[in-house]
Amino acid sequence: MRVFVEGVGLLGPGLRGWEAARRVLTGEEPFCSASTVIGASDLLPPAERRRTPVPVKLALAVGQEAFESAGRDAAATATVFTSSSGEGETLHHMCEALASAEREVSPTRFHNSVHNAAAGYWGIATRSREASTSLCAYDTSFTAGLVEAATQVASWGKAVALIAYDQPYPEPLHSARPLLASFGAALVLAPHATRRASATLELAVLPGDEKPTGMSDSGLEKLRLGAPAARALPLLEAIARKTQGDVVLDFLTEARLRVTVSRC
Amino acid sequence: MQPLLISQVSAVNSLGTGVEAMRRALCEKRSGLTPCDFETARIDTYVGTVPALDDLRVRPDLLDYDCRNNRLAQFCLEQDGFAGQVAAARDRYGAGRIGFYLGTSTSGLHATELAYRRRDPETGALPADYRYAETQNAYSLGEFVRRYLGLTGPGFVISSACSSTAKAFGNAARMIAAGICDAAVVGGADSLCLMTLYGFHSLGLTSPGPCRPFDADRDGISIGEGAGFALIEKADRARSGAILLLGVGESSDAYHMSTPHPEGLGARMAMEQALDSAGLQPRDIDYINLHGTATKTNDASEDKAVFEIFGPETPCSSTKGATGHLLGTAGITEAIVSILAIECGLMPGSANTRSVDPAMKSNYLLENRQAKVTRVLTNSFGFGGSNCSLVLGVAQ
Repeated sequence: MRVFVEGVGLLGPGLRGWEAARRVLTGEEPFCSASTVIGASDLLPPAERRRTPVPVKLALAVGQEAFESAGRDAAATATVFTSSSGEGETLHHMCEALASAEREVSPTRFHNSVHNAAAGYWGIATRSREASTSLCAYDTSFTAGLVEAATQVASWGKAVALIAYDQPYPEPLHSARPLLASFGAALVLAPHATRRASATLELAVLPGDEKPTGMSDSGLEKLRLGAPAARALPLLEAIARKTQGDVVLDFLTEARLRVTVSRC
Repeated sequence: MQPLLISQVSAVNSLGTGVEAMRRALCEKRSGLTPCDFETARIDTYVGTVPALDDLRVRPDLLDYDCRNNRLAQFCLEQDGFAGQVAAARDRYGAGRIGFYLGTSTSGLHATELAYRRRDPETGALPADYRYAETQNAYSLGEFVRRYLGLTGPGFVISSACSSTAKAFGNAARMIAAGICDAAVVGGADSLCLMTLYGFHSLGLTSPGPCRPFDADRDGISIGEGAGFALIEKADRARSGAILLLGVGESSDAYHMSTPHPEGLGARMAMEQALDSAGLQPRDIDYINLHGTATKTNDASEDKAVFEIFGPETPCSSTKGATGHLLGTAGITEAIVSILAIECGLMPGSANTRSVDPAMKSNYLLENRQAKVTRVLTNSFGFGGSNCSLVLGVAQ
């Protein structure tokens, strides 16, 4: 399967947007870890903006950046959301309420608790009535999302956006599932090489347990392993460096995704 | 899309254990809904439960994954010869060539609810035996089923609320078309938990009685639990009379997190795309299995969407009065209802519905109807405005 990258969005610790982060990924600037800054999205009306949980804000922010760089209309584009952690803060509050004697749960929190909350708010924000799905494959959720997005591009012959995001849980869930940092990455993928396309990705799912591509910078490697959505980093680095070569991403335990990246 | 063969299905829900039990219940127009006595829930509502789950344990080698949701998944994999058929497919294609695309809305969330009651009073920590990855994480179901069936192919979990297992058919179709796998296991499990019971109650969406889809006096949903699986293969293996997946349509409402678009705009798009991908016209559909949750808003908007496409003739009904709303597994369960409709020539009447809301314009069935059924459209809509319609039919 071949897809063309038209736009990228990225937010992570010390990675403040794709434009700034690509200088880190190309090695022009050093990687300095700092808390992920998630700005308020202007995509949603103020009333909805207040009610959106942090993972949703993160997903919206990277999605918006990717569409801006792609110069595409989000309303006319299908989306694949993928996250290992989903809506942790909301889950925590709901479970706390359900463990209390009163069991008073907030209806807004309940509808925000679904794994596809980000997809729902994205639809409201962008008025996109196109297909949208929300996936999870634990630590390899990014790879699952990339494969799904590429098969959609191939099936429908239309652009599809992939939005991967993970937000650390509050305690006590954090101790049970520690995530290093808040991280989001988005790609707008097209079926043809358009003027905006910056890279070609050739995807092949392979059996086996080949070692996945790592990051040469130890800080970025720690991040890659510490937040499931950050498994996107080697691919983003290859796109930023405009190099030609293979990136191997892990896909569950017994398969791998080989992405052959080239300039276009 | 290229039609695909649905070579085996299995189902477990409050109507019974296995597809044959489900068929009998539908023929008798029986409902599986009973007053809610789930765990410590104190909510005045009805639910569809699978009582056998309380005494089940998962296979010893998968004990880390033991939770109500994975027990339900395993119980269903053991029915209808399903696991055996997958083993045969594994021999045919190889374990790495069978994908798995499974849906759930709440996965093993109930394990987290129980763990939150046992937090350390000093530190607030969860108990040491709490297993996040194997229970709570949405992918828990995927890894459990993958290991249970011995599959090594590419897969993942879809969690788009109540459209999850309907959308799984679309994932499987695309993966097979792209050559990523030769066959796929789709379906999933969604078990009762306090989050959904209290959550839907907080939204004012649970009925105090058994739910009554499309009734003038409908007053909300009855939550149910259930699992269902289907084995999907390329249609070149399909013999005459085999069941085929003919079309899939997916759309978003872009309207509200928990209220459907009032005109059913997203629902209409999903149905139109499903027909389009099957290369069919509305008149080609013999029966529609509706999402029909029995909330005021869902049924009204779905009726508008169905009427606009199909007009006043095409028979349609919701089977949620029988099963309850199985949330993430509504899609697979109602795909299996659609298969039974084709195989038995049965258009199921709406259990518990007394009189159809006079505002509804579609041809809603209160009573069972025996008729030749060759193609069925089935709808699943979820929170976040996530819509999916499937078209199933019979091979000539």
